[in-house]
Amino acid sequence: MSTHDNLPATTDESAAIAQATAALPAHRPRRTDVDPKAARRAERQVALMFLGSAVMTILFVVAFVAIPVDQTVYIWGFGTISASNIALGVTFGLAILLIGAGAIHWSKKLMNEKEIVQLRHPLASTEKDRESAVAAFDDFSADSGFAQRPIVRRSLLTAMALFPIPLIVLLRDLGPLPGTIMRETLWKPGSRIVIDPTGRPVRPSDLAMGGLISAMPADLPAVQEETGNLNARAKAAIILVRMEPQEIIAQQGDNWDYGGILAFSKICTHVGCPIALYEQRTHHLLCPCHQSTFDLADAGNVVFGPAARRLPQLPITIDPEGYLVAVDGFAEPVGPSYWERGDS
Amino acid sequence: MKKRSRRRSMAAGILMGSSLLLVGSGYAVVSAETTPAPEPTSADSVEQIQLGRQLFLEGCSSCHGLEGQGIASDNATGGNGGPTLIGVGEAAVDFQVSTGRMPLAVPEAQAPRKEPLYSQAEIAALAAYVATLGPGPANPTEEQLNLDNANIAEGGEIFRTNCTQCHNFAGSGGALTDGQYAPSLMNATPKQMWQAMVTGPQQMPVFSNETITDEDKKNLIAYVQALKVEPNPGGLDLGRLGPVAEGLFAWTAGLIALIGVAVWIGAKVR
Repeated sequence: MSTHDNLPATTDESAAIAQATAALPAHRPRRTDVDPKAARRAERQVALMFLGSAVMTILFVVAFVAIPVDQTVYIWGFGTISASNIALGVTFGLAILLIGAGAIHWSKKLMNEKEIVQLRHPLASTEKDRESAVAAFDDFSADSGFAQRPIVRRSLLTAMALFPIPLIVLLRDLGPLPGTIMRETLWKPGSRIVIDPTGRPVRPSDLAMGGLISAMPADLPAVQEETGNLNARAKAAIILVRMEPQEIIAQQGDNWDYGGILAFSKICTHVGCPIALYEQRTHHLLCPCHQSTFDLADAGNVVFGPAARRLPQLPITIDPEGYLVAVDGFAEPVGPSYWERGDS
Repeated sequence: MKKRSRRRSMAAGILMGSSLLLVGSGYAVVSAETTPAPEPTSADSVEQIQLGRQLFLEGCSSCHGLEGQGIASDNATGGNGGPTLIGVGEAAVDFQVSTGRMPLAVPEAQAPRKEPLYSQAEIAALAAYVATLGPGPANPTEEQLNLDNANIAEGGEIFRTNCTQCHNFAGSGGALTDGQYAPSLMNATPKQMWQAMVTGPQQMPVFSNETITDEDKKNLIAYVQALKVEPNPGGLDLGRLGPVAEGLFAWTAGLIALIGVAVWIGAKVR
């Protein structure tokens, strides 16, 4: 009795195969099957492709050695491009393509293509196998007394439930907790606003009506130098825009502008892209990543897109020397939402 | 004898000093007369302004008003809705007309760049006329557009901080809202880039000479000029639009090629 499907076919199956084979359309031999000339031609073609691949591989090495990397060549439709790039790409591409094409040509023209019949069998085990498996499981269940000895069962389940805890506790070793770092930027009361990247301080009159400029706190370059990373910049980048004071509908705090000049975080509140596509006539600020749109004339509120929070505004004024400075740091965390951010 | 000679030498000194003073102050007067920008007083510029007004009345006033005061958009009265030109300055006129954006062919989301309708001289005349309506940004001088010794690296930093968001990292332009777009910079001349920064055409914010100084502008323009001749070592640049264009090309062209191969593999051989 056959329980495994890869044993020799039974008489039933042989009959089924014979029946299916008889139902096949008549086998039509290829030209290469009946004409030895055509077969030899196909043979030559395949060999030519394999040899072509070999030649291309050799040419690849030659091109790699012989062509200087800064040499350019004009190719119609592509323009002036690197000679080395095109030579290496073409030779390597053809080398691998010709192996594949030769193999396919070989199998299509020369390898045996006689139709054969294979029967499909059900994937499930036989009824008898399944019954014996269930019986074995029940036997073991009764032998072990898993159902009859609740104290053993429950203590085992408790141990199993607690076992993964060390794995979670070990995660704590991945690094220090962020603490309040996500809420803090370099901006503090009196921080001078300078132009990014030139570092020049800004007078209110410097910014034209309808103007925009990317800016940073004056101490950012020094902090960046000291820490050796861009973390401070990623939080402190701002943009300054200027509009007519009467165009401002609302702000995040009373008189946080200075004569129509508004400072907003340059970090999108969606996933933190730097955001400065500013339309000066609509006062809309667009994020290039996912098209979140903020209305800078209306307290930086979201008017479109996936951002869930308004763009934080920085209160600004001027110092005794007449340069723009921050009145205070950001009142809310800049950038994308995060778990501990709360609803502030 | 001694007294006399001393007096003579004193006289010589006084003569020398006074003549130096005379020459110096004379030079100062002469140079003071030549350095300021040419006032529109010469017959040439009066004629130019008259020509400009003539051109303005013919080509611009139907939207911008007979005195350049602007016309409100109004379907009832047929108002064409051109903004006021008082105080836009010659740089704005030169930019809009030399890039062919003005005169507008049809009202649409944004005036596209096209072949300019006016000659250089006519554009200069229009600009000179509009400049008389009110003070505004002037055209850059040749010195301001002299890109020799410009620092391209620094220009690139300024470009990436302030310009890439709209105009793309390679200056290819990009989409804004409501069918508007930031145009490609590949056809913009240095003068036009300079003018665009100081005038803020359409939705573009103004980058005044105080925030982006002459030096910065020079570096920035030199960077864009360098981008224009940047070679494409890999061949097709696909508009230098970034991963979306490249991915679209790879998926469509690559998939079509793969489907072709699959068809070939599956085709029955005769």
